[in-house]
Amino acid sequence: MKGFKWLTPTLYILFLMLPIYWLISMSFKTTNEILGHFSLWPQEFTLDNYVKIFTDPTWYNGYFNSITYVVINTLISVSVALPAAYAFSRYRFLGDKHLFFWLLTNRMAPAAVFALPFFQLYSAVGLFDTPWAVALAHCLFNIPLAVWILEGFMSGVPKELDETAFVDGYSFWRFFTKIFLPTIAAGIGVAMFFCFMFSWVELLLAKTLTSVAAKPIAATMTRTASTAGYELGLLAAAGTLTIIPGAIVIWFVRNNIAKGFALGRV
Amino acid sequence: MIDKTTNQKAWFLVAPVVVLVAFNALIPLMTVVNYSVQETFGDNIFFWEGVKWFEQVLHSERFHDSLLRQLSFTSIILLIEVPLGVAVALSMPKKGPWVSVCLVLMALPLLIPWNVVGAMWNIFALPDIGLLGRMINGIGFDYNFTQQPTAAWFTVILMDVWHWTSLVTLLAYAGLCSIPDAYYQAARIDGASSWSVFRYIQLPKMKRVLTIAILLRFMDSFMIYTEPFVLTGGGPGNSTTFLSIDLVKIALGQFDLGPAAAMSLIYFLIILLLSWVFYTLMMRNEEQ
Repeated sequence: MKGFKWLTPTLYILFLMLPIYWLISMSFKTTNEILGHFSLWPQEFTLDNYVKIFTDPTWYNGYFNSITYVVINTLISVSVALPAAYAFSRYRFLGDKHLFFWLLTNRMAPAAVFALPFFQLYSAVGLFDTPWAVALAHCLFNIPLAVWILEGFMSGVPKELDETAFVDGYSFWRFFTKIFLPTIAAGIGVAMFFCFMFSWVELLLAKTLTSVAAKPIAATMTRTASTAGYELGLLAAAGTLTIIPGAIVIWFVRNNIAKGFALGRV
Repeated sequence: MIDKTTNQKAWFLVAPVVVLVAFNALIPLMTVVNYSVQETFGDNIFFWEGVKWFEQVLHSERFHDSLLRQLSFTSIILLIEVPLGVAVALSMPKKGPWVSVCLVLMALPLLIPWNVVGAMWNIFALPDIGLLGRMINGIGFDYNFTQQPTAAWFTVILMDVWHWTSLVTLLAYAGLCSIPDAYYQAARIDGASSWSVFRYIQLPKMKRVLTIAILLRFMDSFMIYTEPFVLTGGGPGNSTTFLSIDLVKIALGQFDLGPAAAMSLIYFLIILLLSWVFYTLMMRNEEQ
C-alpha cells in the first residue's frame, strides 16, 4: 500500500489537467479542424488565434481592464483591512463580535442579488463603466475575506511584540509600519493573493458594472461566443491567456498557500 | 488565544472598512428591500404592496423547484468534495520538491475566471468535439449534456468537483502539516493502525480547517451562477436552473423586480441562517 501513495495525487492532478490541456490544445487549432475532425492534439498547428488577440484592441484592452480593477481592488482591500484586522486581533470593543459577523455576511451575499442595485448605485455616483466601479464593488466580498485572513495571521503574533515596542517608545503608527507589518509579511502576501484571486475570477458584477470602456476580458469572451459566430479557437486562446496571471501569482505564494487557504488559522 | 484589552478607540481602525463595506452592502440592500414591498410600472412610480411578493415567492412552485435543485446540488458536491479532498491531502508528500509542484498545480483551477471554467468544460464535454464527451460515448454510454438532464447534472457536478476540490485539499493539507512528527512516532510505538491514526490524530487536527472548508464550499456553491450558466444555460429545460440563475432570469430577463427582490431577500436569509450555524460551530471549536 505504502509504495502507491503517490498514485492518488497523481491521478487527481491528471484529472485537473485534462480540461486545461484540451483548452490549450484547442487554442492552437484552426476552426475547421475543431469542427471538422476530432484529434487529440493540433494537426495543423496555428498561432492565428493568439495573433488576433494581441493585435485587436477590443481583445487586449480587456486584459488591461481586468488587471486594472483587480490591482486597484487588491490594494484598497488589503490596506483598509490591515488596521481593522489589527483591531479585531488585539482589542475588545463595543460590538466587535457582531461587526465581525456582519462583515462575513457580506461574503455570503450572492452577486446575483446585488447585480441590479449595484448597477443603479454606481450609475448614480457616476462611476459606471470605470475600473473603479468594479474595484469598489468587489470590496464587498474581498474586504471581509482580507480581514478574516489577516486577523488569523495577526492572532499568531504574540502580544508581547506590541508591548515591548510601546515600552521602547514607538508610536502606534511607527510600530505598525516598521515592526508589525514586516512580521506578518507572509499573511499580507496571502491576503493579496486571495483578493487578486476572487476579483479576477468574478464576472457577474464586473460585467454588470461595465459596458465598453472598462469591459473585462472575461466579458469580451462571452460577446465573441454569441455574436461573431462560433470561433472556438479564439475563445480557447483567450481562455488560456486568462489562466496565466493566476499561475504567476500562485508561484509567488506557493510556500504559504496551504496556510493561506486555512485563513492563517492553523 | 490572545488576551484582548478593551479599547473603544479600536473603532477608528475599523472605520474605513465599515464605511466601504456599508456603502456596498447597505445601499444596495435597501434598494432590494424597497423593491420587495412595492409594485412599479416604470417611470419611478411605486405602489405599496406589503408582503404580497414574499407570499407569492414562498408559494410558487418555481421557487420550490430551484431551491430543491440548489439544496441537492450543494449536498452532492459537499459529499463528494470533502472526502475526496481529504483523501488527496492525506496521500500528498509532506516535504520535498514535489510539494510545491502539487500545490501549484492543484491551486490552478481556483484561479481561472468562472466563465472560462464554464466555457472550458463546455468544449471539454461536448459529445462531438470534446475529449470527455468523446470518451464517455466511446465506452458505450449515450451522453449529451445539452439534451439529457442526467448528463447535464453529471457534467455540472464533475465541473464543480474539478473546480473546487482543491480548496478542501489545500485546507486539509494545511491542517495535516501542523501535526508534529512526535505524534506519529508515538502512534507507531503504540502500534496504532492507520485508521486509528486518522481517527484520533489527523481528523481532530483537521477539524477546524475542515469547518472553514465546509463553510466556504457551502456559501460558494449556494451562490453558484456563472459556471453552470455558461456550461448549460440552466438547461436542458430547467434541469440545472439553480437559485442564482433563476433569480437573474426573473430580475433581468423578465424584469419582475418585486418578486425578484423578495426572492433575493429570502435567498440571502437562507444562506445567512445556515452560515450562522456553521460559523457558531466554528467559533465554538476555536474557543476550545
